[in-house]
Amino acid sequence: MKFKDYYSILGVERGAGDDDIKKAYRKLARKYHPDVSKDPKGEEKFKDVAEAYQTLKDAGKRAAYDRLGSHQPGQDFQPSPDWGRDFGGQFKDGQTSFDDIDLSDLFAQFGRGGHAGRGRANVHMPVPGEDFEVTAQISLEDAWRGTQVALNLSVPEYDGQGGMRRAARTFQARIPKGATDGQRLRLRGQGGKGHDGGRDGDLYLNIKLHPHPLYRVDGHDLYLDLPLAPWEAALGATVEVPTLAGAVHLKVAPATNTGQRLRLAKRGLPKPGGGEGDLFAIVQIVMPPELSERERTLFKELAESSTFQPRGHFPRETANAN
Amino acid sequence: MQTDLRDVLWLSQSETVSITELAGLSGLTEAEVRDLVDYGALAPTNAEDGQWIFSANCVVTLRRACRLRSDLELDLHALALTLTLIEQINQLEAEVVQLRAQQPRRREK
Repeated sequence: MKFKDYYSILGVERGAGDDDIKKAYRKLARKYHPDVSKDPKGEEKFKDVAEAYQTLKDAGKRAAYDRLGSHQPGQDFQPSPDWGRDFGGQFKDGQTSFDDIDLSDLFAQFGRGGHAGRGRANVHMPVPGEDFEVTAQISLEDAWRGTQVALNLSVPEYDGQGGMRRAARTFQARIPKGATDGQRLRLRGQGGKGHDGGRDGDLYLNIKLHPHPLYRVDGHDLYLDLPLAPWEAALGATVEVPTLAGAVHLKVAPATNTGQRLRLAKRGLPKPGGGEGDLFAIVQIVMPPELSERERTLFKELAESSTFQPRGHFPRETANAN
Repeated sequence: MQTDLRDVLWLSQSETVSITELAGLSGLTEAEVRDLVDYGALAPTNAEDGQWIFSANCVVTLRRACRLRSDLELDLHALALTLTLIEQINQLEAEVVQLRAQQPRRREK
């Protein structure tokens, strides 16, 4: 078993009072809580902080922890036979072997056993399985057609004696058609296994879509930039637009402007209750990076003969503002 | 392991859960859910009806708020405030996503 220094994790002295421990915990919890913190390592740090607090705030657990002595953090150690004798009865079935068990799991079980089997009734108390919340990263194409993902989780498992250890498990979860970025799903009974008759936990999936090179996603609607040459925008054109279901032809009206949104109905993502979102093509008028001699001549001719004044409203608006 | 589609709950605006389901999923008691409605932090979709139902997308927010309550030792008033703030953040984040999606991408030359 690897040693963890719960006092240094909370940044308090070994002799710290309950109030100091609570204060230190609250300060660190506000900083690292995964529901609040933007720190990518916040969740990991919070787990350590919470684990330390769960043990040190309870007088019985703290006394048992103190009796483990002081070791270097991460150092392998075994509780002394005395410790097993004095505190082993605190665990289910009076656990006295501490091989291959995590310090946090050890103290999580503390107090569940009662002394020397008098708590037999506890052994068969139904314990529900743990709920897991996992982010599943999928591609836009997979969201469009529905997919299956493999999720790697570290889950608690119980042996025949009620001892607990963590094991890496891979879950297969089917993400039905209709999911989009930020969508949450609850898969009933697919979390941790319950034991002694407790219900199985649930799996909560948070769907995240990988950024797509062409489409941007808002709910079930998709947005695509549609570059047009100046003459296509001026004269109108029929252009090919890629959609998730294959390319379609889109008619662009004459005198189309930059920023104009062209809607392709039902070409977005499918919705869970039926129906589909839309695809919006946003017009962007783009110039050739370099003009040929011929193009330059034609643009010059256009400039000389056109009466169009794109900034004609400036003087009028300035006058209105004053 | 295959997922039976009947076991999938979409936690979105279009789905609903009963007050009993919401309490079970979030780890609150039904009385606490009723208190949160009284505080204005949670709104059933059928407020005038006796058998309240809630939009399923509040399940995630409520679970998040409940985790904060147990980990930061908050009382129910603080939980109500937390819920309101999380909801505001959710709405603002959804607006940011929408605006970003509508914004043309900067073209590389």
